[in-house]
Amino acid sequence: METREMTCIICPMGCALRVTRDGDTITVTGNTCKRGEKYGIQEMTMPMRTVTTSVTCRGGDRPLVSVKTKDQVPKEKIAEVLEACREASVQAPVRVGDVILADAAGAGSDVVATCNADAV
Amino acid sequence: MSCMVDVAIVGGGPAGLAAALAAKEAKPEAKVLVIERDKKLGGILRQCIHNGFGLHYFGEELTGPEYAQRFIDRVEKTDIEVWTDTMVLDVSQKREITCVNTELGLQKVEAGAVVLAMGCRERTRGALNIPGTRPAGVYTAGCAQRLVNMEGFMPGKEIVILGSGDIGLIMARRMTWEGAKVKLVAEIMPYSSGLNRNIVQCLVDNDIPLKFNHTVTAVNGRERVESVTVSEVDPATRRPIPGTEETIPCDTLLLSVGLIPENELSLAAGIQMDRVTSGAVVDETRQTSVPGVFACGNVLHVHDLVDNVSAEATLAGAAAARYAIDGPKATEWYAVKAENGVRYTAPQKLSKGASGKAELFFRVGNPVKNAAVEARCGDKVLARRKKNIMTPGEMEKIEIDLAEVQGEVVVTLV
Amino acid sequence: MITMDYDVAVIGAGVVGCAIARELSRYRLDVALIDAAEDVAMGASHANSAIVHAGYDCVPGTLMARLNVHGNELYDRWCQELNVPLKRIGTLVIAFGEADEAELKNLLELGEKNGVPGLKIISGDEARAMEPMLSQDVTAALYAPTGAITCPYEMTIACAENARHNGVKWMMNSPVTSIERRGDALHVTAGVYHLRAKYVVNAAGVHADEVARLIGDESFTIKPRKGEYMLLDRTAASLQKVIFQTPSKMGKGVLVSPTVDGNSFAGPTAVDIADKEDTSVTSASIDELSRLALKSTPSLNLRGVITSFAGVRAQPSTGDFIIRPSEIDPRMIFASGICSPGLSSAPAIAEEIASILKEEGLPLNRKPFFDAERQPIRAFRHMTDEEKKAAINESPLYGRVICRCETITEAEIVEAIRRGARSLDGVKRRTRAGMGRCQGGFCGPRVMEILSRELDIPMEALTKFGGGSNLLVGKTREDGKNK
Repeated sequence: METREMTCIICPMGCALRVTRDGDTITVTGNTCKRGEKYGIQEMTMPMRTVTTSVTCRGGDRPLVSVKTKDQVPKEKIAEVLEACREASVQAPVRVGDVILADAAGAGSDVVATCNADAV
Repeated sequence: MSCMVDVAIVGGGPAGLAAALAAKEAKPEAKVLVIERDKKLGGILRQCIHNGFGLHYFGEELTGPEYAQRFIDRVEKTDIEVWTDTMVLDVSQKREITCVNTELGLQKVEAGAVVLAMGCRERTRGALNIPGTRPAGVYTAGCAQRLVNMEGFMPGKEIVILGSGDIGLIMARRMTWEGAKVKLVAEIMPYSSGLNRNIVQCLVDNDIPLKFNHTVTAVNGRERVESVTVSEVDPATRRPIPGTEETIPCDTLLLSVGLIPENELSLAAGIQMDRVTSGAVVDETRQTSVPGVFACGNVLHVHDLVDNVSAEATLAGAAAARYAIDGPKATEWYAVKAENGVRYTAPQKLSKGASGKAELFFRVGNPVKNAAVEARCGDKVLARRKKNIMTPGEMEKIEIDLAEVQGEVVVTLV
Repeated sequence: MITMDYDVAVIGAGVVGCAIARELSRYRLDVALIDAAEDVAMGASHANSAIVHAGYDCVPGTLMARLNVHGNELYDRWCQELNVPLKRIGTLVIAFGEADEAELKNLLELGEKNGVPGLKIISGDEARAMEPMLSQDVTAALYAPTGAITCPYEMTIACAENARHNGVKWMMNSPVTSIERRGDALHVTAGVYHLRAKYVVNAAGVHADEVARLIGDESFTIKPRKGEYMLLDRTAASLQKVIFQTPSKMGKGVLVSPTVDGNSFAGPTAVDIADKEDTSVTSASIDELSRLALKSTPSLNLRGVITSFAGVRAQPSTGDFIIRPSEIDPRMIFASGICSPGLSSAPAIAEEIASILKEEGLPLNRKPFFDAERQPIRAFRHMTDEEKKAAINESPLYGRVICRCETITEAEIVEAIRRGARSLDGVKRRTRAGMGRCQGGFCGPRVMEILSRELDIPMEALTKFGGGSNLLVGKTREDGKNK
């Protein structure tokens, strides 16, 4: 049996959740709404995050291009995604949505540009 | 060297861009000019590369640069004129704008209406009067954010952050993700003004400690920050408690201790100001005390969601275009007062004889649970909203029907 | 290492050293201006009360009394030639009741003995008519019409620039580590430089005793005494006069004053300290300054504070300025122990040092082409619209405002760098960029870019004020790591 305390982030109430996993059964207490329960279960089983960072831009009007994972990735994959982005670079021009890294670090999401960079 | 426009917008950040688009939409024939001091449009959003923008306005989660780009793309599809790398030096009561850039030199712009959208700046160490030495390594969070996210430089490796507002929380995560060690976030208040989501995803996810009722009481180090002294404060007085000092070795102190509307132009123009918001006093169209001069976004009052900035700027931009083309409308106003736990409202006044719906933005002074807020006009309740929780960090709003307003309006907790 | 011959090596590039260098540059002399720091005006000269005192509180017959009153007289000409702001707004010493009023009479007597012109004691109401922000509790005041305000670091920089313009060699980042007394000259080792100097002027501020020890002179010590200040934004107050409370044995007491830039400040404290470099500000001092400032001017808006800072005065163990040749070796001339009123006295000290050098055998022959004028960096914010247009036309960088709070343009920053600014603070002192409400939050990164570009050094090498005050620790991404 595993129990974790966490703050619900769904609304400003910030309910103090107590999430318990007993075999396949997960129980959430401390929540005041249904969405809190869902959040608790997700955080217990597979917490997901969007990663935002930047990559080096070559030949552009700026030194960096900001990027994000197009979809959320498992929390434990964040470090690997960041490292992949740190190693990456992109040639200008770049447009919002351009894929910079496909399935970055095998985390299940493309990394895409979130800003434009013009070539200079 | 003077040019004439219908609507001149000072600032090309989220407020200015939304105001420009709204002005164009309201009066397609209007000549609209956006004046931006940076080399590119987008304002502070350009450095806010994290996500969490646009859920209300676009119904999807965007990063700051993406949110800005959507507006920039729309502006580029219109005939709105944009001057970047251009600094406005003065806005006169007669709506004459003096600005400079390297190409046009000193320019005078005569505007039918002006929208002030200059945004805000960060409170500094000096404003807090943090004692100690004055070494390199003390940055406002936003300044560090620009260096890291736009220019690719690391301001430090071992960080203490003072203030748990959203920018401080976001920078705690960013510095960690860039390889720095964030040793502590200290918050003088007993609660954070940042979003829960940021506390969880920026601090808890990265095992960064957050101490409430704590502040930095000294900066140490001669040339570069070597440590900071952190003390617990008495929650009642917010004064440091002697004997609780703790010295934390670090090379950088980041400050996220509040934002102040950037109103030097407004003050010089003689616009009536609200002492609580540090922004202009405006009516429901966001017109200031100077006829034909409007204000919106963080220069009016500090917002926590850019979505609200865009909505507010849309009102101001459209009203400015109507003012410029159709001429002035309101000449008399009813006051809106904030009472009993409501710290301020924006707008602070309502035009007599106006119709339609109006949202009154407000903030509470302290966190309140299971409370209701009312907008009243005399004995008449114009609107009432119940909320499970309201915190000073989150801007709230209550909608009223302007046709029902027959005198001074009071917004109050009940 | 190349050894260079100089007639005079001035050690210390504070206001005293720079004024001396400028005075000596009138003559056919080879002069070096040496400082351990990366720039001029890095010690007490950039953190003091910015007041040209009238000279009523010095003990009659002292060097302080004579040089303060004469220095005050010289200020008009020096500031005019050097284009440094000087406002003769007058000073008030205020009294709260009879004990203080007795002190005013004492000061009046001292001042008259010292030859201070125009002193008079006025009533509380007369004082309030001069300075409407003054407390209702003020019962009388000593008015000194010759008291003035200036900008101490601009004065220092202007003297140094004018000295350089007239041939003086700047040697910054050059701590003096040894002075050998040889027959031909004093051999000075200062950083990478080695100088053979016929004379050395010791204007090393708080470190003057250490410099004296280098030739074995132990005739005095310098006691560091810290003075802390609070600077207020322009919107916080508009003071008309410099307002002193009655002095104590620790100094002139806490004053409130406008600055030549329209800000106002309160200070200084007077705290004897052990560490000569200790410019920290304590919370107790801030509280004390607030209390005393509000006693003088209750309507001062202390919420408008934009920064606090401290300077360290060089208090001489002798109780008076030390201006004489060393008894160990008269080729070292002291301009040492220059605490308050050092700024006020600096031009007079410079003349005094020149005449001592002459007495000691240095021929002073005037240069035929000495140029007393120093042009300031043209401030965009002070130009008329027509002047602004012309300036941008001439130099387009005047059209790019970098510091928003103070309206400082890129042209001014580039010019400051051309004149010797090497750091963020160096640019700030020369242009005011970063001195306003946001304290460099916006313009800091932009000024850094300009410094990096103009000096052709990487951003990571830039400092706040030289030495190890690096602003950045590195890059977030290696350049082109992955091609």
